[in-house]
Amino acid sequence: MVGTVEQTGRALPRRRMRIRESRVDRVFLTLVVIFLTFVLISVLYPLIFIVSASFSSTSAVIGGRVWLLPVEPSLLGYQAVFEHRSVLIGYANSAVYTFFGTIINVVLTVCIAFPLSRSDFFGRNFLMMTLVFTMLFSGGLIPLYLVVLKLGLMNTRWAMLLPEALVVWFVIIARTYFQTSIPDELAEAASIDGCRDTYFVWAVVLPLSKPIVAVLTLMYAVAHWNRYFHALMFLSSERLYPLQIVLRNILILNQTQEMAVEVSEELMRQGLADLMKFSLIVVASAPVLALYPFVQRYFIKGIMIGSLKG
Amino acid sequence: MPTDVQAVTSARRRSATKVGRRILKHWEYYLLVLVPMAYIVIFKYVPMVGAQIAFRDFNVIEGMWGSPWVGLREFTRFFESPSFRRLIENTFSISLTRLLLGFPAPIILALALNEISQRSFKRSVQMVTYAPHFISTVVMASMIILFLNPRLGLFGVLMRAAGVQPVNYLAVASHFKFVYALSDIWQHAGYGAIIYMAALAAINPELYEAARIDGASRLQKIIHVDIPGIMPVMVILLILEFGEIMEVGFEKIYLLQNPVNISASEIIQTYVYKIGIINASFSFASAVGLFNSVINFILLVGVNAAARRISSNSLW
Repeated sequence: MVGTVEQTGRALPRRRMRIRESRVDRVFLTLVVIFLTFVLISVLYPLIFIVSASFSSTSAVIGGRVWLLPVEPSLLGYQAVFEHRSVLIGYANSAVYTFFGTIINVVLTVCIAFPLSRSDFFGRNFLMMTLVFTMLFSGGLIPLYLVVLKLGLMNTRWAMLLPEALVVWFVIIARTYFQTSIPDELAEAASIDGCRDTYFVWAVVLPLSKPIVAVLTLMYAVAHWNRYFHALMFLSSERLYPLQIVLRNILILNQTQEMAVEVSEELMRQGLADLMKFSLIVVASAPVLALYPFVQRYFIKGIMIGSLKG
Repeated sequence: MPTDVQAVTSARRRSATKVGRRILKHWEYYLLVLVPMAYIVIFKYVPMVGAQIAFRDFNVIEGMWGSPWVGLREFTRFFESPSFRRLIENTFSISLTRLLLGFPAPIILALALNEISQRSFKRSVQMVTYAPHFISTVVMASMIILFLNPRLGLFGVLMRAAGVQPVNYLAVASHFKFVYALSDIWQHAGYGAIIYMAALAAINPELYEAARIDGASRLQKIIHVDIPGIMPVMVILLILEFGEIMEVGFEKIYLLQNPVNISASEIIQTYVYKIGIINASFSFASAVGLFNSVINFILLVGVNAAARRISSNSLW
């Protein structure tokens, strides 16, 4: 909305401005373009480097000969990644945590955000304060650990789903959205017609709120996919590990003993382990980055809604 | 007098029934918020109550309520421990470096992007700079470790190409905070710029008009129109950043730690994790964690109050 107003408002003066563009301004603009090109390259280059290295041969990677494009192209790194059983288990686990975790997140967020957006909901200020206070102060890591322990969630899949069932910041974003897009009069009219509040949320609010549901789904899903610290604290058996923990073990702690048996020679193994790291980074980030071009506008929308009242 | 009392009580009763009616009318709302609020209570407020083990000599058998009180013993132990000073110094120096370098980055990026009228270029810079935000902490940390690896990393390749002997910056303790802060900028500055772009788009076009009539150059326009225009957003985000000071991405720092840089990279939060969960000294770690939370809370409230006084923008 703001964009169109601004564009029509500025279309005319812009054209006149171009004529009067002084030399100082032209120099300044050139500097800005150079700066942004530098930014563009310095963000893009490391990403390209990783992808290129992941498709290169072992000797090219350990010899440091890759610098832009793949050298001696090969799929050896990817082969090694997919021969790694724990990577596949981690992938499956992360998919499960992301899928069910996101469903829980979105359902709970809508359940609390909608009533909080209604001005005739008695007690909403109190509930809102209760929520916001948790953003300012927390009991800390250890008490949370003890709660999870006490509830018997330790080393179960629930430990990956329940302790992050809701993010207060996303509740605020959803509430702001409902406040601005579902007028109180609509709820009022529905209730006069005998529509129950829960049914109203299901049949009217949700269909009208597809954009915010999309935003919430994406933000929660990415957070689940990328989360590792909870797994580190709450999980101890390998068959429950999400991908990020497997990544940490291989990429950072250099645990590659599970490597395929055929590649037994130590040096070859070291080289392959290095190459595999690049391929693993690509494989692990692919699901999120592949979706990224299609979903980025939703993320931007999420930020915009969040900033409306933040 | 009696009539007054009567009037007051009847008014109170009337408002009470009114509240009752309001609650009854939307009783289903309470049903809806039940489960989410149960979550908040169990996973946010119960741990706050549980933080009292910082004042007790906690053992698993006697439980939280049965363990004996020890007052501030664990706190004094922490304040007197040799690691106390180092932890505070590290926490503050890492987060202040991040704040100092990281806070202006998205602003500069947004202001620069705002100058560009050619859409395709602007779009591609935006697309590319947002992307790293979605890379996970583990992948980000491994990228840093891989890149800084002098043997096969990107920096090694580039430095050798420039004829310089490669240095592993992760093995130089004094560089840790810069590695942390700069990689954070690389990952998040683009995403952080979105909110400033939105604020810039919302600036009243008449202000640009006026600046143009006054013969302002592009730079002057940035200084006198753009920056004042995004000032409220800047203040809010600055306050939020202060709220993060004690929290500093400890998940990433934990992954980047190695025996060589640990003297500069051990922060309060990573220490709590190691002492509390790996070594299972729950009371001591809770005391350290609680100390951290309290400092954080004070910082946030203090900065918010200061911002309200100075600029009339604040969170609450």
